[in-house]
Amino acid sequence: MWSKIRVGMVAILIGLIAIVSYRYLSGQTIALLQPKGLIAEKERDLIYLATVLMLIVVIPVFFMAFWFPKRYNENSKNAEYLPDWDSNKALEAIWWGVPIAIIGVIAIVTWKSTHELDPFKPLAAANRQQRIQVVAMEWKWLFIYPDEGIVTVNHVLVPKDVPVSFEITSDAPMNSFWIPQLSGQIYAMSGMSTKLHVLANSTGKYEGLSANISGYGFSDMRFIAEVVDKNSYNDWVNNINISSSKFGENEYQQLSIPSVANTPQYFSLSQNDLYSRIVAKYNDPTMIDGLKLQLRSSNFHNHAEDK
Amino acid sequence: MSNTDREDEQMREEKTTFGFWVYLMTDCMLFAGLFATYAVLRNNTYGGPSGFELFNQKFVLTETLILLTSSFICGLVVISARKKDMDRLVRYLAITGLLGVIFLGMEIYEFRSLINEGNSWATSAFLSSFFVLVGTHGLHVFVGIVWMLLLQWQLLFKGFKPIVLTRVKLFGMFWHFLDVVWIFIFTFVYLLGGLKL
Amino acid sequence: MLGLLTNFAHLSGKTDPVILGAQIALIGGIIAVALVITILGRWRWLWYEWLTSLNPKRIGVMYLIVAFLMLLRGAVDAFMLRLQQTIGSGGGEGFLDANHFQQVFTAHGTLMIFFVAMGLMFGIINLILPLQIGSRDVAFPFLNSLSFWLYLVGVGIINTHLIVGGEFAATGWLAYPPLSGIEYSPGPGVDYWIWSVQIAGIGSLLSGVNFFTTILKLRRKGMTLMRMPIFAWSVLGSMTLVLFTFPILTVALALLALDRTFAMHFFTSSFGGNPMMYINLIWAWGHPEVYILILPAFGIFSEIVATFSKKRLFGYTSMVWAIIAITFLSYIVWLHHFFTMGAGANVNAFFGIATMVIAIPTGVKVFNWLFTMYKGRVRMSQSMIWFIGFLFTFTLGGMTGVILSIPPADFQLHNSLFLVAHFHNMVIGGVVFGYMAGLTYWFPKMFGFKLHEGLGKAAAWSWIIGFLVAFIPIYMLGLMGGTRRFEKFDPSLGYHPLFVVAGIGVVIIGIGVVLQVTQLIYSILNNKKLADKTGDPWDGRTLEWSVSSPAPEYNFARLDEVNYRDEYWERKKTPAADLVKYKDIEIPKGSPIGMFIGIFAYLFAMAVIWHIAWIAALSIVIISAFVVARLNDDDIVKTIKASQIEKIESSYGGM
Repeated sequence: MWSKIRVGMVAILIGLIAIVSYRYLSGQTIALLQPKGLIAEKERDLIYLATVLMLIVVIPVFFMAFWFPKRYNENSKNAEYLPDWDSNKALEAIWWGVPIAIIGVIAIVTWKSTHELDPFKPLAAANRQQRIQVVAMEWKWLFIYPDEGIVTVNHVLVPKDVPVSFEITSDAPMNSFWIPQLSGQIYAMSGMSTKLHVLANSTGKYEGLSANISGYGFSDMRFIAEVVDKNSYNDWVNNINISSSKFGENEYQQLSIPSVANTPQYFSLSQNDLYSRIVAKYNDPTMIDGLKLQLRSSNFHNHAEDK
Repeated sequence: MSNTDREDEQMREEKTTFGFWVYLMTDCMLFAGLFATYAVLRNNTYGGPSGFELFNQKFVLTETLILLTSSFICGLVVISARKKDMDRLVRYLAITGLLGVIFLGMEIYEFRSLINEGNSWATSAFLSSFFVLVGTHGLHVFVGIVWMLLLQWQLLFKGFKPIVLTRVKLFGMFWHFLDVVWIFIFTFVYLLGGLKL
Repeated sequence: MLGLLTNFAHLSGKTDPVILGAQIALIGGIIAVALVITILGRWRWLWYEWLTSLNPKRIGVMYLIVAFLMLLRGAVDAFMLRLQQTIGSGGGEGFLDANHFQQVFTAHGTLMIFFVAMGLMFGIINLILPLQIGSRDVAFPFLNSLSFWLYLVGVGIINTHLIVGGEFAATGWLAYPPLSGIEYSPGPGVDYWIWSVQIAGIGSLLSGVNFFTTILKLRRKGMTLMRMPIFAWSVLGSMTLVLFTFPILTVALALLALDRTFAMHFFTSSFGGNPMMYINLIWAWGHPEVYILILPAFGIFSEIVATFSKKRLFGYTSMVWAIIAITFLSYIVWLHHFFTMGAGANVNAFFGIATMVIAIPTGVKVFNWLFTMYKGRVRMSQSMIWFIGFLFTFTLGGMTGVILSIPPADFQLHNSLFLVAHFHNMVIGGVVFGYMAGLTYWFPKMFGFKLHEGLGKAAAWSWIIGFLVAFIPIYMLGLMGGTRRFEKFDPSLGYHPLFVVAGIGVVIIGIGVVLQVTQLIYSILNNKKLADKTGDPWDGRTLEWSVSSPAPEYNFARLDEVNYRDEYWERKKTPAADLVKYKDIEIPKGSPIGMFIGIFAYLFAMAVIWHIAWIAALSIVIISAFVVARLNDDDIVKTIKASQIEKIESSYGGM
């Protein structure tokens, strides 16, 4: 009797939790499960697939972990007891075999999807590829549109249904460039250039952030990733080109002073190879003519103490 | 010495030797880490000099021969210990150590001249990894020399105690190990580094 | 002359209530303990019986005590982190600024892995392993003591900044460069981290050599490898990993220290340095490290489930091969910690698949445990509650682990709160539950009395439920796009309610900890009632239960040959009544030299951190002198007379 009441209470509790969670979550953006980009969609599907396949093993394990200690409890009188039964080749073959099969399937999927969704691989689409160069700075994101000749801070605008190729570097400690609803992340490292390809298929404003700790202002390294249709995109570019001040090495040097929670800024680009110079300044400075960008000096004060 | 005592003594020697092998293996891992780092960084000269410009291979070859000789004599040390020939044992140990000191002196000379020419470990990642890889080996040689002095002293004051003999054996293993590591350094750092360009 | 200490005033000038609290707790605690010992007049006893002891059972207890103290500090850190994030996700400022928050989670991670998990592991191994393989001692008793003292030095260094003021590393527990390099972290915080981990790591490496040799060379006659208890097997796997990976940690930390102290360029972003090399090296150690911790937990569960099911462990051979497979595989998967570095599809896919393959032997172990209970006589003791909790949580963690191992999925989940939930799932649900189970199971063997069952069960349930309430919301937050190591989140993201739930979970875990402390105090006060006079309170199967509780200093009076896997279980079936005369037994004398070396290792580290070259050099010379003194000491054993042994053995009346 008591045990039935207990089971009932647990069931009611689980039900309540389920209802409350559902009501709460249906009002929220579950970024990874509600993708707005091609890559993010495929990545979500992989998460689902792996979960379902794993449940083939997990559910029986949960069941047995619950049932065996109950059934073969020392107090249950009529349960069979075989103290010396310690091996059964057939059973063991099953639980070596089934996980091997499941992992085998996931492994094949992994091999294929890792190649398909390699962030360095350009996306095939009808539209011409849009280039955007990204620099992680202390502690803000700089976006350079080399073809359009504009520069923005903490705000990246991309046209809908156009494959975007991000080239990413860092002029700061290592960061990770991440727009969860559009695609997975990739590291931003100084002196190196990584790539990320994205195809947004729905307009809107999405959250972008750094996913790797980079110092004092790390949690403020958020930016707006906005997806708009082609026409609004062109208007936006033209507006910036007409109305904004120039941005070259000198302005960059100014901007690279550490700062926290910058509001979006817009400039027109005056130096086409700015990005490659930012990458190159860490490598071999003698190879570049007239480089004004400087390495950070090592006796820089701890920012937290200045505050 | 009773029967069980002898068994105990044998057990002690066996586990000590085994434990020392295990330690040497971890030391191998340590050098593997340093070698891997050197391999990754050896071309990162940041506009500074490369190994090709810096290494004097004749000098290093002399160093190598000296260390090889000391390793050979260290073999004689272990043989004399087995024969319980105290005179030779002490003498060979001294020669081994002396050659070790000469080797170390040459290495310090090499380091000093590099630094005096303005190529210190702070110049480039290549030089950092070079100094640390070769220097770590040098540090091991230094420890070996100190160990050798200690062994001499123990042999003179304690004679052929089983524990001292075990230590002579372990010292032999250690010294040969350093020799093997040096062969790798000589090949990968100096020879291959010299071939580059 | 005093290096960076000249600026001491500048560093201790900050008064933060959080730091002040820590200072008062730490200094007050030390003074209180010293006072109690003085009042009880126990200094001599402490010195001869404990601090200078080379008895692994004593050293094991010291490991456990230190690890528990650090668990309390780590738990306070965890509580602060949760509280800050709960406030910071609701739009509040909170009480920790970004820098301080980062220091706290760095300390939390470092403490929990190096000083709690490793401490508990070496504590249990010291106490149980020699007994289980029928040995009287470890292979190198002095080295064992030295390992412990180096571990304690690590603990000392990581807590020093609380007392002298100044900062700790604010880099995350693995201190990736260039953030941890001198240009971005100019203060001494990262140096504290480096030297704390470095010295403790060398201690662990020495322990690895010691226990590896102990298992392979000191097993009782007749105990072939395939008759060895599974716990010993799991320790063998774990120690193999220690031997192969801790040297890599030593290298990685040394090179980082050289970058910071001597302006070298291994991992700097310029001058040809390569930070990615550090990340590779540190994970080539770091991934096997989690298996170093979890393998002994697997071994513990294997012992417990067989004992409390009164049945042989199912599929012993499978279990052994699973351990070997896991040991090998865990060494070739480190790259899965940074798929997002952009290594290319082939490399990522290889490491992803290698990672998920580990799920196979691990799954096999789970099934073997389940079928050990099947047709057994399962007794739901407190150790078994931990075990059942482990089965559920660990399976869940294994599932999320496989998801994370798929590189494209990892691009989304990497560094997210989903990842945080996953590894806490493995570390709490696997390692902590495992060691707690082991401690309750072997407690009578360690101390001579049992832990109170009811309180223990309540504590275990609090931990299990608290864990689920605390970490399922964290999984959800990861799916919502939440990243780790943020001290605040924009309220518009709607994370706040989930953080509140997670906070409640932490409180439930906290209740579990309080129950455990209560259980310990209650059991100590009632140790007569809970005493284990038989030496075999659970109807055990392996050799450690064949001696009195706690085991005598020499462990075994006689070294009878081993004939079975469950040797003691078989012996109990046919009790032999033969009387063999006892012989004298030699055991190592105590030595304070391990402690002295520890003290100067601490001084050395402090001197390096504060750039005081002469103290550093002097410390090295003194340490070498102590090593020489130890090597030169021939008077290192004492003899226990046969008559004395007879007295001890008859007072217990065991077999």
